[in-house]
Amino acid sequence: MPDTIYRAAAPDTVRTAELDAFTAIYHRASGITHLVTSPAPEILAMLGGGGLTRAALLARLAADFDLPDGDEGALAARLDELVAAGLVSAS
Amino acid sequence: MGRAVSDGWLLARILRAPGEAAVLDAAGWTDLIGIARAEQMIGTLAMRLQGVAVPEGVARILADARASAEQGRVAALWEAEAARRALAPLGLPVVLLKGTAFVAGGHAAGQGRSIGDLDILVPRARIDEAEAALLAAGWEWVKSDPYDDAYYRQWMHELPPLIHRDRDRMIDVHHTILPLTARIMPDAAALLADAVPLRAEKKGGLATLSPHDMLVHAAAHLFADGDLAGGMRNLWDVHCLTGEFGVSGLTERAQHHGLWREVSRALRLADALYGGGGNAGPVDRLYLRRLTARDGWGRATRPFVRQAFYVRSHWLRMPPAMLARHLWIKWRKAS
Amino acid sequence: MRHVFSVRVGPVGFRVGSDWRAPIAQLETLYAGYPKPEVPDFSVRLFAARPWRRFLRPSVMIGGDFVLPEAAPLPLAQGLLAAEMGMNLQMALGQRRYLLLHASAVERDGRVLLMTGHSGSGKSTLAALLSRRGWRLMGDEFALIDPETGLAHAFPRLVSLKNAAIAVVQAAASNARFGPLLAETPKGAIRHLVPDADAVAAMDRPATPALLLFPSYGHAAAVREVPESEVFVRLTQASTNYVALGERGFSALTGLVKAIPARAIDYPDTESAVAQVDALWGGL
Repeated sequence: MPDTIYRAAAPDTVRTAELDAFTAIYHRASGITHLVTSPAPEILAMLGGGGLTRAALLARLAADFDLPDGDEGALAARLDELVAAGLVSAS
Repeated sequence: MGRAVSDGWLLARILRAPGEAAVLDAAGWTDLIGIARAEQMIGTLAMRLQGVAVPEGVARILADARASAEQGRVAALWEAEAARRALAPLGLPVVLLKGTAFVAGGHAAGQGRSIGDLDILVPRARIDEAEAALLAAGWEWVKSDPYDDAYYRQWMHELPPLIHRDRDRMIDVHHTILPLTARIMPDAAALLADAVPLRAEKKGGLATLSPHDMLVHAAAHLFADGDLAGGMRNLWDVHCLTGEFGVSGLTERAQHHGLWREVSRALRLADALYGGGGNAGPVDRLYLRRLTARDGWGRATRPFVRQAFYVRSHWLRMPPAMLARHLWIKWRKAS
Repeated sequence: MRHVFSVRVGPVGFRVGSDWRAPIAQLETLYAGYPKPEVPDFSVRLFAARPWRRFLRPSVMIGGDFVLPEAAPLPLAQGLLAAEMGMNLQMALGQRRYLLLHASAVERDGRVLLMTGHSGSGKSTLAALLSRRGWRLMGDEFALIDPETGLAHAFPRLVSLKNAAIAVVQAAASNARFGPLLAETPKGAIRHLVPDADAVAAMDRPATPALLLFPSYGHAAAVREVPESEVFVRLTQASTNYVALGERGFSALTGLVKAIPARAIDYPDTESAVAQVDALWGGL
């Protein structure tokens, strides 16, 4: 079975507003507003419409954020939250 | 315009012929809006009146109603998508029912329609799997009362309602379109087999019932699964479905499900309300009195006619002894 | 219905139908200076739960286009309060044109001061007091933000004063008109202040929001800057229709949050609060 690919909601389906350390995201498809903080916006930007596997995403995030290995679990949890919120789809 | 006492016929007449709104005075508009809101048809009315010249204040109310219906459509479709994502790993097609199906399929009945819970149909043999997948995806039980829970599972045509913990929206998971206590047993396998996929390329995608089955379901819901509450809206659905898909083959399909009596009455009532037809018999006219029992303040009127239909609906749903038991347990709990 | 009253408050028209004459008579007196709507946006019904309850221990049920199933009835002596609550309920549940903020609003030089906070924060009292000091009262309960323009629209219904605030405002506004004192309501004592004629005359004139305050009564005077994200969250909680408005709500709210400064002010008494408002307003 091929690895699951994670894709961010298309840019034309969201509107964002920067509010100090937070980003408010209005998701047109659901009508729901999400208030997220780093690294959620970065995860969405990296996934884009093309999508990445979980392993590829975590590797790129770890590189960009210069994270110690132990934080992979936290990053994976952020990804799962975005899936649950509907801002990232898995297929 | 003369000030006859307004009732549901005012709403029916304007939905049938929006141009007739031109004769309404301020009091007539006030009544019409009150009745349409009470029947949860203000969005439908607003869509029908789009392009018709109306007073400025009315135009604002109708524009707000259209925007509100559009937001309701977005939320309903998202609930359907959330259910699809939750059930996709099971390879189950999610068959949408009622309002969500109308907007997802782009049908006329969905234009401006208010939509409450998400209703879906799944095969009875797999309903436990569906329940487990939904619970894993954030839906939770609404009722924890063991009697209610057992009642639903034993006698109803659906799981006890689930509500999503974040989005606060309900889902009703059905495995057929009538309670198991009803005397009529529609062919649930045929409902699923003839469902129309919305996105043909995807296994585990979204689907709706076939057009005739949508109409059969609307009729079954109106007469056998309720006390005629919301009947004007339900019959508008019927009216729109016949307008869009015709009635060729409908008789056979309704007979197959054992619901021809209900479907034929729904067709006559919808025609009487919205088609200008005059085929209503004496019993139909009693139904019409109940369906249009609403005044310009949105109040329910004709209490005796209403009460007759309320008792009737309970007796249709459950064998009499079971009704007594059900009511008894409800009373005891209330005390 | 037997007795009917209608009124337009700012851009919103209401009709109130009642089984009893008394609440309608009070509304007619208190809203005497207001215009009538042609076709009301919302209907409110005050009715007896059972026919005999019109006369026997009469209690007022609140109905309308939009209702909450759990709304408890009020005694007939509080029928005016029932009408006001019914109108508020229509706004809270049914308003779809404007972003509805649970906030008071006063205007000066075409710019609007918005005050929001929990019940008891003093937003109504402060709005009433400021309206006696050269500010125009736009509303004590709801501020209406137009998603298209970002402007605040006035909604100057009767100002609802509770408990200790009644004496404070009566002392400051001895020449103003008040409704009857409603004792022992579910919220304690309530008395309605009639907005002055200028506020009613100017109610169709929207204005630009300039400052947002989160007042909090009962603490030593203090001012704190509130970051945008906190303002956003608090205002989504102070809005009954943010979600229902969808993207228009998002535009209106993020636009407002980014456009105006926000401060939380703690105050020990109304005199200090007014001084704090003057200082912050002068520093804009």
